Amino acid sequence: MTTLAKKRKIKTAYLLLIPGAAWLLFFFFFPLSSLLATSLKRPLGAAPEDGFAYALQFSNYSNAIAEYWPYFVRAFTYAGIATLVCILLAYPIAYYMAFKATKYKYLMLVLIVAPFFASFLLRTNAWKTILSADGFVVGFLNALGALPEERILSTSIAVVLGLIYNFLPFMILPLFISLDKIDKRLLEAAGDLYATGSQRFWKVVWPLSIPGVVSGVILTFIPASGDYINAQLLGGVSDKMIGNVIQSQFIILRNYPQASALSFSFMAVILVLIYLYLRRVGTKDLL
Amino acid sequence: MKLIKYLRSKILLGLSLAILTYMMIPLALIIILSFNRPKGRQNTAWNQFTLDAWTNICRDPTICRAFSVSVQIAVLVTVIATIIGTMISFALVRHKFSGKDGATLGVFIPLSTPDVILGASLLALFLNIFIPLGFWTVVLAQITFTISFVVVVVNARLAGMDPRLEQAAMDLYATPFQTFRYVTFPLALPGIAAAALISLSLSFDDYIITSFNSGRIVTFPIYIWGAAQRGIPPQVNVIASLMFLGSLALVALAAIITRRRRLKAFA
Amino acid sequence: MAKNENVQDLHLKNLTKRYEDFTAVHDLTLTIPAGSFFALLGPSGCGKTTTLRMIAGLEEPTSGEILIGTENIVPFPPYKRPVNTVFQSYALFPHLTIYENVAFGLRRRGIKDVDKTVKEMLSLVELSTMAERKPAQLSGGQQQRVAVARALINKPDVLLLDEPLGALDLKLRRQMQLELKWIQKDVGTTFVHVTHDQEEAMTMADTVAVMNEGRIEQMGSPVEIYENPKTAFVANFLGQSNLFTGTVKGVDGDLVAVDVNGLTLYVPKGKTNITSGKIVIGVRPEKIKVVDVDTPNLPKNQIVGTISDNAFVGVSTQYVVESPWGQELSAFEQNVDPNDLGYKGNKVVLAWEPRNSFVLDPDEDLTAGIEPELVLN
Repeated sequence: MTTLAKKRKIKTAYLLLIPGAAWLLFFFFFPLSSLLATSLKRPLGAAPEDGFAYALQFSNYSNAIAEYWPYFVRAFTYAGIATLVCILLAYPIAYYMAFKATKYKYLMLVLIVAPFFASFLLRTNAWKTILSADGFVVGFLNALGALPEERILSTSIAVVLGLIYNFLPFMILPLFISLDKIDKRLLEAAGDLYATGSQRFWKVVWPLSIPGVVSGVILTFIPASGDYINAQLLGGVSDKMIGNVIQSQFIILRNYPQASALSFSFMAVILVLIYLYLRRVGTKDLL
Repeated sequence: MKLIKYLRSKILLGLSLAILTYMMIPLALIIILSFNRPKGRQNTAWNQFTLDAWTNICRDPTICRAFSVSVQIAVLVTVIATIIGTMISFALVRHKFSGKDGATLGVFIPLSTPDVILGASLLALFLNIFIPLGFWTVVLAQITFTISFVVVVVNARLAGMDPRLEQAAMDLYATPFQTFRYVTFPLALPGIAAAALISLSLSFDDYIITSFNSGRIVTFPIYIWGAAQRGIPPQVNVIASLMFLGSLALVALAAIITRRRRLKAFA
Repeated sequence: MAKNENVQDLHLKNLTKRYEDFTAVHDLTLTIPAGSFFALLGPSGCGKTTTLRMIAGLEEPTSGEILIGTENIVPFPPYKRPVNTVFQSYALFPHLTIYENVAFGLRRRGIKDVDKTVKEMLSLVELSTMAERKPAQLSGGQQQRVAVARALINKPDVLLLDEPLGALDLKLRRQMQLELKWIQKDVGTTFVHVTHDQEEAMTMADTVAVMNEGRIEQMGSPVEIYENPKTAFVANFLGQSNLFTGTVKGVDGDLVAVDVNGLTLYVPKGKTNITSGKIVIGVRPEKIKVVDVDTPNLPKNQIVGTISDNAFVGVSTQYVVESPWGQELSAFEQNVDPNDLGYKGNKVVLAWEPRNSFVLDPDEDLTAGIEPELVLN
């Protein structure tokens, strides 16, 4: 390619990026930075209606964290447990689809993705019905004496179960894509070199699937930790996550500085996690 | 002994089917309850079989209005986000330029921003520049988070495309524009179509970001959320079932068409 | 198919391609005559593919010119050059039928009525029945023919072939070699064929240029460069050679006598300018007779040695013979009489006619062009 053609290609690249860049700058980065400014505002009066003034009140952050840190912990804990369980559940099915299912591979893929088209609110609500106190499941478990509080709803278990259910596809898909890419002949080669079934998995499949696992973890853990729907529908008063707090601060209490401070504290933790991930993987394979 | 061996070899299949069933359970419940005549307002216990909800979907006009609002929003969002996202993807995959890493990061960050923060920051923006909350603010908000998803999907398709095909096209007298039109774009189309479908479903099903920016209007998820306490009418179940079955039907149709096309070539 | 008239010579003038840390092509200057079948032969990484891509316009030269006739095509992008390429991986458009693949170049040039031409071309490569199929439904050999058809239909001045036969099995490859040669003669376009397979180059080409590390080592007809290699690289890369370092003793008639480790070997005066001092003589293994020690009427060059290995290859037997000074020599004998084979330990005489020797520059690295052997410890 001539230098002229190369220069034209670069110009085309910038032209293509302009609409997207402009959009994201105006509708994402700018609002985010203005939210940052809001997080440092100070209240003008005792009530939110009195308004807020621009300031550099860093104490908003320390106050917010001091008051709400249990919610952070709870959110990350629930999300963490849910993510781990999701890995355990997603791996077998992703593995089966990638390695064993030749005829039904795409059918299974469709069955995993299709429920997306039936409102996740409805599906989560359906769990509320299934796990309700007068339902079949709870009745059965109670007969076994397995439930300490004689119910599942309004407990942390319900919230975690909800999180697991909602984010399982987000773990299955990247895992499947990553496993599907693996050349099956590598397993044959390993077998030829005396590897047992379990060795073939741990020494060949698992290491090659790690990018998929990491993608899945990111796509699961981050949204799960910020979620408030599951906590609201399936949990009790003591199960509220940081997402619930942020939502109520913004919509109900209208304490914008505090809500923003909480949001950014939350983002900070997430950005740290992403930074650690990027350090390991590099930006080339990000998207 | 043979039985045990047989069972062991089927463990993975069994596990997979179990997990698949687990994922389908709420869906099954939704579909079943769509045929239910609920005793009270809550459609949570089976009472009596009826096709009533299916034949009178719009008895409560707010449901159908919410559905139509969601559809309109979804179509708008899909068209705009797919176009913008595809352009970004082409720039990132097919061109080398300085600042590419920064651009990649810039597109990635919205994906990892929690919905509450996305919704809240846009709410703050709209309030500050005095745009009234409603249909258009929802559209603007949804486009913002959908763009990154489109980029991810189209990237996956473009990255897997052999660059030598474009070289071959140029070798065969195709100008850069002709190369794009006759080779690059047709080959990228499946990825763009997939991105559009994902945008449709993300937009239609979005609750959190939409609820921050919707003002008075009611989208389908907003209606469901509001109805969750009072009792969700079975018509909502009908709509959800139709959408699920509809998506299955679309996929089946696509599969049949490709198979028939492949057979025709051998005729 | 109509013969391509007005084909012009292809000239490369001081063509150079430099990357940050190494130079792929060094100051290449050569002329490829119009209508000839030209092969660019060399090992991986020698710069042959880079050269080809520069002619096609897919790489930009760092400096130099590429002329078709008198016009320098370097400033032109690939879609403006009368040059077409057959890619190594074929690069057929997967979403188009064979018909549309072949018609692609014609359509982009704005030609409306392509049907007759496309059908003609498809029958030339014997793929008329496959017109409506997609590339994925064709075998490797068929795809390769589509790639050739797609390029040739545009009647380019130059057709570039980038190792197009690499993915085919032996029999199919041989068949395609002949077919390509016939098509080239038929159509009259200049073919520039890049390959690392010396047999392929020599079978198909009128002229072969041997390339090494960005430079042309030697160029000529297959017979010329094979029988009279000018550098150790060509001697070793093309077939095999036995090379002897020695000192010129004197002149004996029209032969030059050379002392090699005490033995006297002869080479015709016409093959070298060296009259004294160090000299390197070479001879190809198939030129050497392997006979018993007391055989009469042997050619003038003789070395007595012991067979250290022999390999029966069907058409010939390949011997490795150890010379008195420890050098391992190769000799190939045609299997005329399977009962008259030599075995390990046999003492034999290697004899060849002086006119079959060639001379190399004594200051060269004599191991150039030899494939590095695997060392198993």
